[in-house]
Amino acid sequence: MIHLQGLVKAYKGIQALRGIDLWVRPGELFAYLGPNGAGKTTTIRILAGLTRATAGRAWLNGHDIATEPLAAKKQFGLVPQHLNLDSELTVTENLLIHGMLHRLPYRTVRTRMEHLLEYVELTDKRRAFVKHLSGGMKRRLMIARALLHEPQILFLDEPSVGLDANIRRRIWALIKKIQQEGVTIFLTTHYIEEAEFLAERVAFLDQGRIVALDTPAKLMANLGQWAVDQFTHDNLKTHYFRSREEAQQFAASTTASFTLRRVNLEDAFLALTGRKVS
Amino acid sequence: MPGWLAVYLRELFILRRRLSRLLLAWAVSPLLYLIAFGYAMGQSLSVQGHTYLEFLLPGLIAMASMTQAFAIGSEINIARFYWHIFEEIQSAPVSSASFVLGETLAGLTRALLAASVIILLGALFGLVLSYNPYFWAVLLLNSFVFAALAVALAMVVESHADQALLNSLIITPMAFLGGTFFPVDRLPWWAQKVLYLLPLTHAAQAMRAAALRLELSGLSYLLLATLGAVSFIFAVCTVRRARD
Repeated sequence: MIHLQGLVKAYKGIQALRGIDLWVRPGELFAYLGPNGAGKTTTIRILAGLTRATAGRAWLNGHDIATEPLAAKKQFGLVPQHLNLDSELTVTENLLIHGMLHRLPYRTVRTRMEHLLEYVELTDKRRAFVKHLSGGMKRRLMIARALLHEPQILFLDEPSVGLDANIRRRIWALIKKIQQEGVTIFLTTHYIEEAEFLAERVAFLDQGRIVALDTPAKLMANLGQWAVDQFTHDNLKTHYFRSREEAQQFAASTTASFTLRRVNLEDAFLALTGRKVS
Repeated sequence: MPGWLAVYLRELFILRRRLSRLLLAWAVSPLLYLIAFGYAMGQSLSVQGHTYLEFLLPGLIAMASMTQAFAIGSEINIARFYWHIFEEIQSAPVSSASFVLGETLAGLTRALLAASVIILLGALFGLVLSYNPYFWAVLLLNSFVFAALAVALAMVVESHADQALLNSLIITPMAFLGGTFFPVDRLPWWAQKVLYLLPLTHAAQAMRAAALRLELSGLSYLLLATLGAVSFIFAVCTVRRARD
């Protein structure tokens, strides 16, 4: 469905991507996790045809993005990190223009628009100007817009960045719902809980390279199930344990203050790269 | 539905929202020029056998069509740098040529509306010139040249400041030196040579010749058509290059 082979991107002396090989399965919800500047957005920009790769190839649903750009662009919907709606236009007008850009007949656009606005719970806002919508509404509208031409792949670049916890949960539920309808989702995030909650497989991206790729459970399993964060006067040290009992025994023996918690993807990322994601 | 139509329609939606403000803005400068240079100063002047107002009006139309067609560059710039709309278009299955065509037609529409405002203002001053097919042809050609050029340059600039600089370096000098306010053939030969390199000089002369029923120069039409084609191709190339 999404296939990347040796993808490299260099600009202004910076190696943003250093050879990415990846295969995302049809219908999968795949997360690309890494800190800011790791190359997540660059990968999506290349796949979406917004920038060219320096080397390597990529296919979307079998269409080479370099040699068949127009066919490749029909395969995906894109929700970029920053808002890119026409603020001066209404919700309906934004969707209509998107439908026309994808060469959909007017009647098809009207029908799908009604369905999608209901889907993202914006039916009552159809005549509202985009500038009058809240951040969460704008994000949901961008998702609806990306789905209007019924793509088989959905690129979500940091879909919940800047949103409060409640709205973030609503966006996650929406993403799950979209995946259940058979859409392959490629998601970039630097929110650990987002990747854990949503993704079937996660790739850790660090300094333009994939350093690990597996299910969240397997990525975390190497460390154990439980963690104790031990706070000393000038340091924080985390210890990992296979069971809660082991962790509790350790915690009981320490004189320093501590936190007992489950192991998360941040721990796995930190163990592999020596750096935190967020 | 072709991709260029979506690009064009988007600009029309925006234009519709701002139309009342824009019509007012398009009327102010020409009105001031007509009052100051035409009505007040130019009443006693005669140029090439016509009153100065008759001479000035086609020049103002040529100038307005140039500035308003070129203004589409600022709109693209805002959509590109502020709203990131360009990315929405770039990620859609729309060719670079379709994008350029849609935006060029949007620039051309603005130019025709601005020109119509001046024609109406002229009528208020009692000036009804011959708005024949030759006049409209040169108006369309001139608008097309500057709209396509604006699309091309909007892809080259890297900020709003660059865009403003382009207006200062290209549009403002051409507006004042391109035969809008005075007959170019009254200048020294070397100055004429330089000014005949400007597309606006040809547009203003051809528009004036058509509107005042003077002898038409096929060369001006040919030159504008060629420049339009070159600008369009240049714009397609710069849009392709905009994907860094």
